Amino acid sequence: MPRKRNLRTRLNLANKMNFRFVTLLAVVTTAVVAISSGFSDLHAKPDSERQAYLGNLLKQDCGSCHGLKLKGGLGTPLRPEIIKDRSDEVLIETILTGIPGTPMPAWKGLLSNEDVSWIVKLLREGAIKSD
Amino acid sequence: MINKFKLMLGILMATLVFAANSHATELRGTGDLGLVIERADGSVLIVEHSTDTILGRVEGFGNLSHASVVFSRDERYGYVFGREGGLTKIDLLTHKVVNRIIQAGNSIGGAISQDGKLVAVSNYDPGGVKVFDAETLELVANLKTDSKTVGLVDAPDSKFVFSLYDTGEIWVADFSDPKNPAIRKYEDIGIQPYDALLTPGGRYYIAGLFGEDGMAMLDLWNLDAGVKRIMGGYGRGEEKLPVYKMPHLEGWASADDVLFVPAVGRHEVLVVDSKTWQEIDRIKVHGQPIFVMARPDGREVWVNFAIPDNSAVQVIDVLSRKVKATLKPGKAILHMEFTPRGEKVWLSVRDDDLLKVYDTRSLKELKQMPAKKPSGIFFTNRAHEIGL
Repeated sequence: MPRKRNLRTRLNLANKMNFRFVTLLAVVTTAVVAISSGFSDLHAKPDSERQAYLGNLLKQDCGSCHGLKLKGGLGTPLRPEIIKDRSDEVLIETILTGIPGTPMPAWKGLLSNEDVSWIVKLLREGAIKSD
Repeated sequence: MINKFKLMLGILMATLVFAANSHATELRGTGDLGLVIERADGSVLIVEHSTDTILGRVEGFGNLSHASVVFSRDERYGYVFGREGGLTKIDLLTHKVVNRIIQAGNSIGGAISQDGKLVAVSNYDPGGVKVFDAETLELVANLKTDSKTVGLVDAPDSKFVFSLYDTGEIWVADFSDPKNPAIRKYEDIGIQPYDALLTPGGRYYIAGLFGEDGMAMLDLWNLDAGVKRIMGGYGRGEEKLPVYKMPHLEGWASADDVLFVPAVGRHEVLVVDSKTWQEIDRIKVHGQPIFVMARPDGREVWVNFAIPDNSAVQVIDVLSRKVKATLKPGKAILHMEFTPRGEKVWLSVRDDDLLKVYDTRSLKELKQMPAKKPSGIFFTNRAHEIGL
């Protein structure tokens, strides 16, 4: 993914936020970059068994808060049209590190970058339909 | 020959028709029935726990990612609260949907009033609590809030009590006059109450706080005393751990004058003295506890867990406060429901698409039945329990 564009988006965002949050974002970004560098390819695909596991996790476990069809619950809706303005990197970061002050946990203890990239791909595709 | 054939065909058809309608024509009670949510397909199973069988499936409930059920006091009807705001009244005898309304965009749960005449639903979007006539599902009252509502329970003296997640409040709504409910609001009760429970008997309403340590307690026998903070040490404590699934507080155990409660995010069950509200023990368990439920006699407490430890169930001995057994019933144990007097427990094993029944004394599996991504299990005896 084009990192430059993403950085610009982040800077624009940052302008609107207070200093504390910017600091937090910087720390988070650094952490994520540090974690990512451990992987040769951020967009490597999980194997098919893992894909099935992640698909079920997204639907059932993420669905506990975000809704089985990802139309929202305690957590926000995650339908493709709702997340379209957020870059892959921002979504990946959010899933890996969570959102402080909300029930959204950091999933990095359970999921790898590969896993989360795959989940973001599923979110973009709106893969959770009515199956 | 042809006549004989026709006769046999006739008998066969009559038998089939009778079989198809047998649940409607056969006299039976409902005290050993229940409903199981099948979250993937938006369907509900009607089950029976005397012989542990599935009697039927009712479909068309929409999104049941988070669903709960209350029962009419005659234990004939179940009210199913679905995530997408659906409120569905289902007849456990005929297996028919009697009535269904979509009353909000996004809901979390519901309660039935002390007299069984009102059904209340707790909504996220738009935030608030709506109260319906239990017979007709006509709207009786609409309590609007600026917040998601959680932890809705019925309480004695015609009350519904609930908490406001976003604004940190507890509201007590007195429905003595259903058209003109009297609402008492308690503000600043704590950050992000996420669920609540009523202690057995219905005296104390206790809300778990997600945004800070401790819990908020309201003594319903003494409303003027206001909300008190209890168990300052409860919660995630000094170390903030990721909480992969919100604990549910309905199932809090009360046994031997102590409450067994899930620690938020920690691999611990906390033991609280129900007289002093002090934490008196911490029991190390397999994962982050979700439901912590006492067997109906209070002798044991059963615990299930959040992902990634959700394939185990642990049994805690109440007297010694030690884990006495760890069971591995299958992948993703979402819920447990005891039979009314506790000799058996049903488990929903979501990712194996199974319901399993265990003997609570021998801890042996008695039976398994197929179900599609089962989650909540609700037996009709809940109809007569305050706060459920």
